[in-house]
Amino acid sequence: MLAMNYRGPQRVRIDEKPEPKILHPQDAIVRVTRSCICGSDLHLYNGNVPDTRVGMTFGHEFIGEVTEIGSEVQKLKVGDMVIVPFNIACGKCHFCKQGLFGNCHESNSQATAVGGIFGYSHTAGGYDGGQAEYVRVPYADVGPTVIPPGMDPDDAVLLTDVVPTGYQAAEMGGIQKGDTVVIFGAGPIGIMAARCSWLFGAGRVIVIDKLEYRLEFVRNYANCEAYNYEEMDDPVVFVKKTTDWMGADVCIDAVGAEASGNLMQTITGRKLLLQAGSATAVHWAVNSLKKGGILSIVGVYGPTDNLVPIGNVVNKGITIRANQASVKRLLPKLIDHVQNGVINPKPLITHRVPLEDVADAYHIFSEKLDNCIKPVLIPPSAR
Amino acid sequence: MENKTPKDYSHIKNWGIDADPKNDPTYPMKHRTDAEQEGYSWDRPTQQDINIEVLHSNERPNVTAVFGTSMPPSGLSGMIRRFAFKHSENSYLHWLPLLMADRVNVVEGVIEDFSKGTVPNIFAEKGWKADWEHNRSGLIQKVGVLALVTTAAVVLLTRKKD
Repeated sequence: MLAMNYRGPQRVRIDEKPEPKILHPQDAIVRVTRSCICGSDLHLYNGNVPDTRVGMTFGHEFIGEVTEIGSEVQKLKVGDMVIVPFNIACGKCHFCKQGLFGNCHESNSQATAVGGIFGYSHTAGGYDGGQAEYVRVPYADVGPTVIPPGMDPDDAVLLTDVVPTGYQAAEMGGIQKGDTVVIFGAGPIGIMAARCSWLFGAGRVIVIDKLEYRLEFVRNYANCEAYNYEEMDDPVVFVKKTTDWMGADVCIDAVGAEASGNLMQTITGRKLLLQAGSATAVHWAVNSLKKGGILSIVGVYGPTDNLVPIGNVVNKGITIRANQASVKRLLPKLIDHVQNGVINPKPLITHRVPLEDVADAYHIFSEKLDNCIKPVLIPPSAR
Repeated sequence: MENKTPKDYSHIKNWGIDADPKNDPTYPMKHRTDAEQEGYSWDRPTQQDINIEVLHSNERPNVTAVFGTSMPPSGLSGMIRRFAFKHSENSYLHWLPLLMADRVNVVEGVIEDFSKGTVPNIFAEKGWKADWEHNRSGLIQKVGVLALVTTAAVVLLTRKKD
């Protein structure tokens, strides 16, 4: 089968690989019909996540058709079209039973800090991902959800990560009616978080980024305010000033390790890898919050350390909430929201690229070429 | 910069439909159950056959019930990874050797390509075709700088000492 093949920092290609096999009685094999490149894939692509092995296939946002099931799988059948959450979750451990499906304790041997994630290095379990024609899906009765009849596959594929992560970012903010929410990052997750913040009753939603085309998109898509930090002397002072010098009630870090905007963070976090990525968004968020405010982090960082103003967290009494999205927990509600037109994910997809051109798709997304917001890879059998 | 503070939300479709005064504290919350007191005691899923080398964190006692089988450790990078997994996730001696192993693995990948008779097409792998289509001036600039630096290096290295 055709599969993306990681060869080193900023080097990927398409190769022939053996098709995956059932290795566990709760496995399924899925023929991929759509697979996105995620902003967090860029951390892998840039070589920032430890234990990213050459030869691995990335991809944790995919949908497809079940072509084979293991002997213990009862809820799926061959031929089902499924949304596959990016988390691999057993459904049995203490953490899954609490709805912490991103923190499963039976899916990632290599690290205890995170559950298994498809195609996300051995630090997330060493599973090949969905940027391929076929993929092995463990615990097939737990995560995968049958796509409702009539749902657009472009909407469905964004329910694997983008929509739940954006929604959970707003949810973790504990937004109350009238709150001012500031979102750092106008990528797909920030855009979705902006849209979802309104659902929780935000009074103002402000998005901060540096890419004008993304700011323009989020202004129209999420009906929010959007500002370019390169036009500000200091984004924190800007937030303070625009909130009558109080600060935001809720800040959301929707950027993670690839953040720009602070030279010291960029050099130490992205160039020298002395930190687990650039923590610029967290830094700005902590300092932009009102005293007693809430910081919601969905931006992805590596497993080592970051330079963040923890003293200000203490002195301002800030609550930090963070996690990988618990996709399985949120899917029923979010499928309803998509079907009822409350959330319309599809417009986020700007590039539909043949799987064979995966290297170009990564480069376009990484370098923000051609006004790219979200690229989706389409294997030959789905075209 | 434009600044607006909307008070009327009628223009925001579905404003407040998920508002919940009880959504604070919110997810992720730790919901304690009696089972919590019993530690690592749940009814574990069937164990996947462990027929490849699977490195596991020393912060857990075992290999998880399922695991990924992509690229088991091998070669020099594999040796470094085995060393790294002797140290906990709390230690730089875990993460820094893993980053080093990743870089060694890149060289191993190139050697593997050559050993199979494949010359890696670095330009294609880096997606420069997309640059040609969407960022031609940037690509030309990049190639120009690369050519200048290479030429300068060659001149410096081949210059005869007076």
